[in-house]
Amino acid sequence: MIDLYTRRRLINSAGLTVSVLAMGFGLFWLCWILWTLLDHGLPALTGSVFTQMTPPPGSKGGLFNAIFGSLMMTVIGTLVGTPIGILAGTYLAEFGNRGWLAPVTRFINDILLSAPSIVIGLFVYEVYVVNVKHFSGWAGTIALAIIVIPIVIRTTENMLRLVPSTLREAAAALGAPQWKIINFVTLRAARAGIITGVMLAIARISGETAPLLFTALNNQFWSDDMDQPMANLPVVIFQFAMSPYEDWQNLAWAGALLITFSVLTLNILARVLFRQSAAAH
Amino acid sequence: MNTENIENPRVVVKDLNFFYGKYRALKDINLNIADKKVTAFIGPSGCGKSTLLRTFNRMYQLYPQQTATGSILLDGDNILDKKQDLNKLRAKIGMVFQKPTPFPMSIYDNIAFGVKLYQNLSRNDMDERVEWALKKAALWVEVKDKLKQSGMGLSGGQQQRLCIARAIAVKPEVLLLDEPTSALDPISTAHIEKLIDELKEDFTIVIVTHNMQQAARVSDYTAYMYLGDLIEFGDTSTVFTNPKRKETEDYITGRFG
Repeated sequence: MIDLYTRRRLINSAGLTVSVLAMGFGLFWLCWILWTLLDHGLPALTGSVFTQMTPPPGSKGGLFNAIFGSLMMTVIGTLVGTPIGILAGTYLAEFGNRGWLAPVTRFINDILLSAPSIVIGLFVYEVYVVNVKHFSGWAGTIALAIIVIPIVIRTTENMLRLVPSTLREAAAALGAPQWKIINFVTLRAARAGIITGVMLAIARISGETAPLLFTALNNQFWSDDMDQPMANLPVVIFQFAMSPYEDWQNLAWAGALLITFSVLTLNILARVLFRQSAAAH
Repeated sequence: MNTENIENPRVVVKDLNFFYGKYRALKDINLNIADKKVTAFIGPSGCGKSTLLRTFNRMYQLYPQQTATGSILLDGDNILDKKQDLNKLRAKIGMVFQKPTPFPMSIYDNIAFGVKLYQNLSRNDMDERVEWALKKAALWVEVKDKLKQSGMGLSGGQQQRLCIARAIAVKPEVLLLDEPTSALDPISTAHIEKLIDELKEDFTIVIVTHNMQQAARVSDYTAYMYLGDLIEFGDTSTVFTNPKRKETEDYITGRFG
């Protein structure tokens, strides 16, 4: 018979072991993915990737047009989606306690959040591309913005709900009107979480392929006209990785590496910047 | 029968009833709050003392299920009157909560936030006001070199004094303290109790407390409440040494509650 204390210590070490193993299992695959990516992507990541356009099979080229197109659509999509998401999330958290509009909005938003991105691509194709009769960068941007909105709404609402109600009461007790309470107190208190939500959304749309296939399509040549079909990394990766040409496959690896590490850098940057501003305050 | 005759009351509560939905949390409360004195509300948890305090600045208005009837007169105006301008009312009645609630901004801005709602002060005047409030709250010496730092970085006791400074910076007439020391250690508590004693020169103070010794130490008048009724009200020394009602005596002597 072992005593109670020994029993607890054994259970504790067993729990710890299982947790560490689970973490190791997750990390193993993650490291493997990153390793493969570096292994194939780094040799392919030459200077010409950033200066030349996507090539026809068999000739040298780069990804410049695709990088530019991805940046344009991701940045504009985020700039359009984020304010809408934050405003709607604020409505749900701060005003959504009465009436029927907020619960309905929340429900629809949850459906949108879990909708497969290909459905969103098809939707934009049907209501926009079909009507203007050509694929375009704008169509891709709209699709990406539609993906951003529900993510930002959900995180904004969740983060605002985490702000203790005593903080709202304290501001109200000073006589602050509701818009000031929201702008200067609750949104500020939830800032870190809301920024994380936006980062998540950017990470998500930088890798989305399906919605762009039906909207921006692709463009083999340089184009900065958002009203024309636009090259972008995910679709180029999709097309090049499936091809039998080795040059194309290498470029696909380089593109995958670029997306992964730019999202990683963005996340690290946001964390560092936020930690600095939190420390300064 | 409960209302001690107080000359020149600052706040007059008449036939106040309060409802959380259908539940009646306050029952026909009649009470006078003396000007520039400290009035304490004591009683066991759930007796309605915080609820009563929160009717004084209509805090309950944030929650649609909560309603109050009767009247609370401040300077002759009925606080509960729907036509009463809520923001002007809250400029006259400051409040400090149980848990410290610093806003996520600098120490300076924490105090300037409330002042800016009502006054357009020049940079210099605002600096002076912030210093004045922090000195009143006995916090100036500790924070004068870090006014630009976040209020969230202060200790619990300092945060609570920051909240008191923030409330008095608006120069209210009445200061409501809702268990202001229950989250603090004994030293911070002593700081704040000393502060309350100093603040009553300028402000009418109402304090809710779980701690009977605290009520005995800081207050001039004490109201004992139980299950939404005001059981006994009188000057503190009488309530604590010679209570009129058996229930009060039981609670104070620790036989109950």
